[in-house]
Amino acid sequence: MVIKNKSLVVLALCLMLGACSNTGNLYYWGNYEDMIYKMYLKPGEATPLVQIERLTRDIQKAASVGKPVPPGLFAHIGFMHVLQGNKAAAYSAFEEEKTRFPESAAFLDGVIERAEKAQAQGGAS
Amino acid sequence: MIYIMRTLKKVALLSALVFSAGCATTSSYDYSNLIAAKPRSILVIPPMNNSVEVDAPYTYLSTISKPLAEKGYYVFPVAVIDAFLKENGLPTPAEMHSIPLDKIREIIGADAVLYVTIREWGQKYQVISSTTVVVADLRLVDARSGAVLWQGSARGQRGNDSHGNNGLAGALLGAIIDQVAGSIIDYTPDVSRQANNNAIYSRSRGLLNGPYRPEPAR
Repeated sequence: MVIKNKSLVVLALCLMLGACSNTGNLYYWGNYEDMIYKMYLKPGEATPLVQIERLTRDIQKAASVGKPVPPGLFAHIGFMHVLQGNKAAAYSAFEEEKTRFPESAAFLDGVIERAEKAQAQGGAS
Repeated sequence: MIYIMRTLKKVALLSALVFSAGCATTSSYDYSNLIAAKPRSILVIPPMNNSVEVDAPYTYLSTISKPLAEKGYYVFPVAVIDAFLKENGLPTPAEMHSIPLDKIREIIGADAVLYVTIREWGQKYQVISSTTVVVADLRLVDARSGAVLWQGSARGQRGNDSHGNNGLAGALLGAIIDQVAGSIIDYTPDVSRQANNNAIYSRSRGLLNGPYRPEPAR
């Protein structure tokens, strides 16, 4: 009986702890925030090429641990491709962001649309 | 058999009681606007800086995505947004803070906007010690109505008590080492993360969970 009560208390404590705790990270973060820090404060250590390389490796790592990459990561990689002048890679990363997080669609569609328009006008003049 | 049933009943009752106690809030922060608005996405505007440290805003910006995203919100890519705003004629955080909400809705499609003002940032030297401090005000606003959905004061601090109990000499030398090392090792990102976590994950007045973090909300 004493033991029974003890196990009840343990169970209760576990539930109490569980009630408010966050059950681990939703995402695999890798180097994303560190790359943001470096691109502003130590830009030489986070050139677009370095970022693409690191963050692409993070995507593979995330897949290997079975977690999604955080919101914004694919859009950020897309931006690095823009800086590299690689439009196809940029658009494909933007599409990936939209698929994973539809909340980004309005912004990224606008970015693509305006870029296409600017290019068309540039070509015409 | 009856005994088992009774035990199970006891467990259920106790669990219910304890479970609700585990989530009890100590103060009654008013979440009604946030609950009504149910934002899915948050746009972080690069912070205003009231500290003297010029690196503060962008160091801070590199520490805010994770706590918000792990709370279950879509966080717009902070560096992409920053570049986008600069490209569109808003070179400074002050100008970015003045964008009308309807423009944000229209062009970026964010549900909510986080405005951050940095109040204190960086190392403070005393005679025998140094401390790294980050203090910032966070204000989450509904991009549709302009209503304030949530506010928090983010505070983080890192004392340098790692030099052991070597008396005054140790303490003095320790402070010097910190001042020298402090110019090489930047502790502010860690302290900024700690500050954000303190505000966003506060039990009594933290941010509620967003759609990507399943309930229970608190």
